[in-house]
Amino acid sequence: MPARSVLFFLFAVLMLLLEPVESAAESAIDFSRDIKPILSDKCYACHGPDANQREGGGENGLRFDIEEGAFVDLGGYQAIVPGDPMASELILRITSEDADIVMPPSDHPKSLTTDEIAKLTAWVKEGAKWSQHWAYRPLERQTNRSGDWIDQLIRQSLKEHDSNLSPLAEDGILLRRVHFDLLGLPPTASDLKAFSESTDTDRWEKLVDDLLDSPHFGERMAIYWLDLVRYADTVGYHGDQDMSVSPYRDYVINAFNSNKPFDQFTLEQLAGDLLDDATDEQKIASGYNKLGMMSAEGGAQPKEYLAKYASDRVRTASTVWLGSTLGCAECHDHKFDPFTQKDFYQFASYFADIKERGLYSGANRDGKWGPSLDVPDDNLAELLAPHLNRKEELERQYNETAIDGALASWSESLSKPGKNWLPLQAVEMQALNGTKLEELEGKSILASGPGAEANTYSLVFEPELSKIAGVRIEALPHDSLPAQGPGRAGNGNFVLTELKIDMIDGDSDARPIKLKNALASFEQTDGGGNPYKGWKAIAAIDADEKGAKWGWAVMPKFGVSHAWIAEFEVPIELTEGQQIRVAIEQNHDNPGHTLGHFRFSVTDGAVKFDPRRAVPAEILAVIDRTVDQRSDQDLEVLSQHYRSISPELAEVRKQLDQVNQQIADLKAQHTRTTLVTLAVEPREMRVLARGNWMDDSGEVVTPGPPHFLPQPNVDAPRQNRRDLAQWLVSSDNPLTARVFVNRIWKLFFGTGLSKVLDDIGSQGEFPTHPELLDALAVEFIESGWDVKHLVRLILNTDVYRQSSLPRLELRELDPYNRLLARQSRFRLDAEMVRDNALSVSGLLVSTVGGRSVKPYQPSGLLRHLNFPTRKYQADKGVNQYRRGLYTHWQRQFLHPAMKLFDAPAREECSAERPRSNTPLAALVLLNDPSYVEAARVFAEKALRQNDLSEQQRLEWILSRALTREPYSGEVEILAKLLDSHRIHYQQAKSEATELLKIGDQPVDDSLDPLELASYVAVTRAIFNMHEFITRN
Amino acid sequence: MNDPFLRLSQRRAFLRRGSYGIGAAALHALLGTPGANAADRDISSEGADSGPWEGIYSADPRQQKIKRVIHLCMAGGPSHLETLDYKPELKKMDGKPMPKSYTEGKQIAQLQGQADRLKCLGPQHEFKKYGESGLEISSILPKIGALADDICVIRSMQTDQINHDPAHTLMNTGTSIPGRPSMGSWLLYGLGSETDNLPGYVVLTSVGGGQSQPIAARQWHSGFLPSRFQGVEFRSQGDPVLYVNHPNGVSPTKQREVIDAVQSLNQLGQQRFHDPEIATRIAQYELAFKMQMSTPELMDLSSESQETLDLYGTKGGDGSFAANCLLARRLAERGVRFIQLYHRGWDHHGGIKNGAKVTADLVDQGTAALVSDLKQRGMLDDTLVIWGGEFGRTPMAQGSGRDHHIMGFSCWMAGGGIRPGFSWGATDELGYAAVENPVHVHDLHATMLHLFGVDHTRLTYRFQGRDFRLTDVHGRVVKEILS
Repeated sequence: MPARSVLFFLFAVLMLLLEPVESAAESAIDFSRDIKPILSDKCYACHGPDANQREGGGENGLRFDIEEGAFVDLGGYQAIVPGDPMASELILRITSEDADIVMPPSDHPKSLTTDEIAKLTAWVKEGAKWSQHWAYRPLERQTNRSGDWIDQLIRQSLKEHDSNLSPLAEDGILLRRVHFDLLGLPPTASDLKAFSESTDTDRWEKLVDDLLDSPHFGERMAIYWLDLVRYADTVGYHGDQDMSVSPYRDYVINAFNSNKPFDQFTLEQLAGDLLDDATDEQKIASGYNKLGMMSAEGGAQPKEYLAKYASDRVRTASTVWLGSTLGCAECHDHKFDPFTQKDFYQFASYFADIKERGLYSGANRDGKWGPSLDVPDDNLAELLAPHLNRKEELERQYNETAIDGALASWSESLSKPGKNWLPLQAVEMQALNGTKLEELEGKSILASGPGAEANTYSLVFEPELSKIAGVRIEALPHDSLPAQGPGRAGNGNFVLTELKIDMIDGDSDARPIKLKNALASFEQTDGGGNPYKGWKAIAAIDADEKGAKWGWAVMPKFGVSHAWIAEFEVPIELTEGQQIRVAIEQNHDNPGHTLGHFRFSVTDGAVKFDPRRAVPAEILAVIDRTVDQRSDQDLEVLSQHYRSISPELAEVRKQLDQVNQQIADLKAQHTRTTLVTLAVEPREMRVLARGNWMDDSGEVVTPGPPHFLPQPNVDAPRQNRRDLAQWLVSSDNPLTARVFVNRIWKLFFGTGLSKVLDDIGSQGEFPTHPELLDALAVEFIESGWDVKHLVRLILNTDVYRQSSLPRLELRELDPYNRLLARQSRFRLDAEMVRDNALSVSGLLVSTVGGRSVKPYQPSGLLRHLNFPTRKYQADKGVNQYRRGLYTHWQRQFLHPAMKLFDAPAREECSAERPRSNTPLAALVLLNDPSYVEAARVFAEKALRQNDLSEQQRLEWILSRALTREPYSGEVEILAKLLDSHRIHYQQAKSEATELLKIGDQPVDDSLDPLELASYVAVTRAIFNMHEFITRN
Repeated sequence: MNDPFLRLSQRRAFLRRGSYGIGAAALHALLGTPGANAADRDISSEGADSGPWEGIYSADPRQQKIKRVIHLCMAGGPSHLETLDYKPELKKMDGKPMPKSYTEGKQIAQLQGQADRLKCLGPQHEFKKYGESGLEISSILPKIGALADDICVIRSMQTDQINHDPAHTLMNTGTSIPGRPSMGSWLLYGLGSETDNLPGYVVLTSVGGGQSQPIAARQWHSGFLPSRFQGVEFRSQGDPVLYVNHPNGVSPTKQREVIDAVQSLNQLGQQRFHDPEIATRIAQYELAFKMQMSTPELMDLSSESQETLDLYGTKGGDGSFAANCLLARRLAERGVRFIQLYHRGWDHHGGIKNGAKVTADLVDQGTAALVSDLKQRGMLDDTLVIWGGEFGRTPMAQGSGRDHHIMGFSCWMAGGGIRPGFSWGATDELGYAAVENPVHVHDLHATMLHLFGVDHTRLTYRFQGRDFRLTDVHGRVVKEILS
């Protein structure tokens, strides 16, 4: 063991290193704060939780993540000898200059700093006291939580640094701060007036209460929560198709507004479907489990994608509730935290009961991304009421109008089968592409064998009639066909695009026969882009003038007979030996839409449908009985049927159809479907070696939380998602409350008490105020997970209300403002940047909830999407001016105004957004039509203020936009800008017109357009001010 | 100069404009090693510096061969068997059953469930030996073939992901899990850019020749890195850069006046609040304006000679791959660090004979023109050109086409530090698996970073408690292909 020899120079180095630490006696070494992070970052890779990577130390290995491992006997010596650095192998190794001995090894990417070496040495010297990682310790419950305890804790730590809180911020700034923090919206001038003029001693507390009662509080909190749960309106993978989950988003908003306790909120999202007598609201909440990305990519292996979905759920839930990177243990034991690979798969198996598909084939067409629930809007019942009344009245008429006489004569008219159609037997049959045609009993023809994208069936007949006046094609069902046919397309459809008939006389030329008056027993109406507005019979005799792909089709009536008839323009006379040749063309561009089973007939008489054809078999059965054979039930059936077709009731039926359509439309417009969780028999879950989904050899696991955390007490043989939720919010879970309050703190101070919001494990940050963090967590739990209580507690402090102005002495002492000697200043979140401009201009439509909306967006942004290709249609009217939170969240191509202000694509869980400051974001505020329009509408509002001088008007604009009086110099800058634009637009009137045209909102005609355009320069400048998008 | 805050920020600015940034400088001093880790720096918010970003990593000048990358991404998965990897044995096996020894237990995409009926599909096009090096390249890429002595072909590429979306994500970010930075973002974060008039990472796209698979913006996203490092797509229609055009009715002069007013207002705020973020905002508005001015100049090809236009075979402005190649050269000249061209047209599940030819025709001339244009301007020496897709295609037939394939495929590289007229690695005799010197996507990344003088294990970013890197825990520099 070469390192055992103590070299003199090492000793000298150590003495030097020890010097400064010992003199800095004021801060004693705290293992969790000072030592653990070093060990974790620099040593765990080879001496940490991952047994497969562990080096040194014999059987159990030398490991610094647990106490036993750090003090293990290394063969007569130890890595750490408490109180004796010189006897500690660890210290010798980290101070060695010998490249073969030094730790971390010289080829390791990380090395120790002198400060870190000093800390480690001092720690060993002080006795190498070990303690559990701070975040896994039980919560410290002893902190005094009475009076202004939060302020006291902060003041106390500031005092230790000879510092103090800043003075309270002035009213305008405070009001703006709290409005953005709680509502995500700016205050109005009257808000400011009311607040400033209030003499109540508790005016602040009242204000906070009022804002917490606002419906916009839930919206603001949702912005934060939706990032965590990666809420989006599209599936993310491959074709990034739409999925409908906006009711889940509204659930989140409502949950915060109604102050749903966080434990219940947790339970409903993870396991709403498993609750006894689950309400619709709880089922909607369970949509949480369906928010991950999904794929419909052809060729994707379902099993691989199920593995992807499973690990995504682990990453998300462990980040959201545990603030832990359990996701890192997918392929191996965690490198820094005590999570094993088995922990990962046990956690994943909580979700193994969710009904889902790995590959959602076809969902790109039918939108079926899993079990869903229809959610009516709140006002649907009210909207429907008049239509339902009208429907009731019409139904009464329909059922009570006397029809007996008409019914009798109709029934009589059908008593004999019609006989004027003669089915023909083909003498020749041909199809393209190897498709086989064969005649069946009853002279029908069945197509089989290789299909084809398009086809033409050529048939030759020798009719035994002397005269032909018309033709009929019956499309017939058959068991060999998809959906029983009559077509060969996957759904049973076909498209008869053209029927051509020639008369052939021996060897002489063929004579084309013109057809007219085509009719069909049923015509498909559904299907976009059809110039006939439906799949009409006449499209099969139009000489393809509107395109070869259009014709007669029958979706969705598959598996039943249909008939198509047409008259000859001039009836033909036939002599013996003369033939007719029929070409049935099926050239639709959606492949395979060809006839599967059909019959061809001709008539010499009137061309009409056999009236019995339109009558269902069971009705014909009644009709074919003599009158005295008919039972009461027969009569009822007959009467019901006749009412459905009788000419006397045609008008009533038409009105009923209309009202039913109106009802259906209203329901469609005011109902959203939303993905929900449905539990099924859990899938088998195994530990996947190295995360390889193809490896089925791993151990089978059942649900359970990470092994080193307090375990739940569950009787059932197998835990489920409900157990998971209850475990997460059990009072002895050390993580959930700490994670939640830390993130709430961040919302109101810009940085968490522990800075790394998504990892409070070893690689996270030891909190700046651990006592405060724990006390808040305890308070949160003891209050019954009362979110508004927590918020109120934090906001009703001097720490929150103090000024954010930087102080010179803090610049050196606390450059990142972690001691909180002042409030923070930070840019608004992307959504609020938008909301602010819309709100200040007066454009904002402040409805809460609803479908996602589409603000203006540069064209062509979605052109890389396929399956299907997409065209973005910006919303018109009120939906153009909704809050940013409701923006259609297209994962692959998020709206650029959101993305460029750092809103995440929500492909993955994200606990913290960066706050960038880029030229591309500047271009959004300068040039995005949403902001230009808002600036114009704001300018209109300013110009409508009567009796203001120019100076006053500019002051009005500034104070409305920034909730403060103008500073000196500001009005002058704006006045200069205004003048220059006035002069310019006098010369360039058309430019003014162009500018004012931007946006859907009509221009106020009562205003002088040149003056208005000039003021738009002013309002645009203000919308681009740093302060405008900053909360301070 | 009495404002102490201003002095501080100027001092910071001064340091920044030295050879490397203050953060890097401080960290290098601490670590005493090349490379850096931004763990302790907040590079996106309060405290940000106002000057251009010059990178966190101090490249090793002895190793650095290149200043930029042009990645010609042949999206959809070009068949190596019709482009760069000639397999006469496969030709002999055409129509015969694929030996099970190759395929058993291996991943397949759309041919799932057909394991018993897999048949070989011979190469659909002839190959030729080109140049003095005699590299074998398909006859459908004659112009690229003519550059054989300038390029290095790798015939042993491997990836882990068999579907387009995750395979692209792996090719760009080193993992299939969404949310990680793409290679261009890593480069900007590590080395900064050489332009502040244009984004340092530019993406151009074109289509044609085959099914256009979707491409997600994730492919050029900065992931957990600050968004200033994300790729910016230049579009052939509409604003070339989103919102780069002034609003209608606002002339450049008037826009400048509005910006000047904004700057003056912000300066008043800066004097009052001493908030360094305001200084950054001011700088970003200057950059925004520069970008508004320089983008039209970039897109305007009227200064290009007829000879150049003929070389590329484009008049520009048509969104074609060739036009994008010409823009790529212009971007390279202007100091853009990472230029990525997607051609979405290589997904030939059916009709590969004709399909591959059509797509090849669309990319061959532009590609060759770009390489020779760079060469004649002396820029190929410090540029790395990468040509290849997210995966290859099966030696087995899928009807008249080929399915996705990850066990072996090809790409080529050219430029600074790359051994020209050389080939590396090989697949088995049927072109199924890379059997000789396999090169994984991670190795490609490691090699690319190496050419920049960057050790791929040391360019890291702390996220969720872990130091992430482009190569994750993998990556080997393929020294053998370096000159």
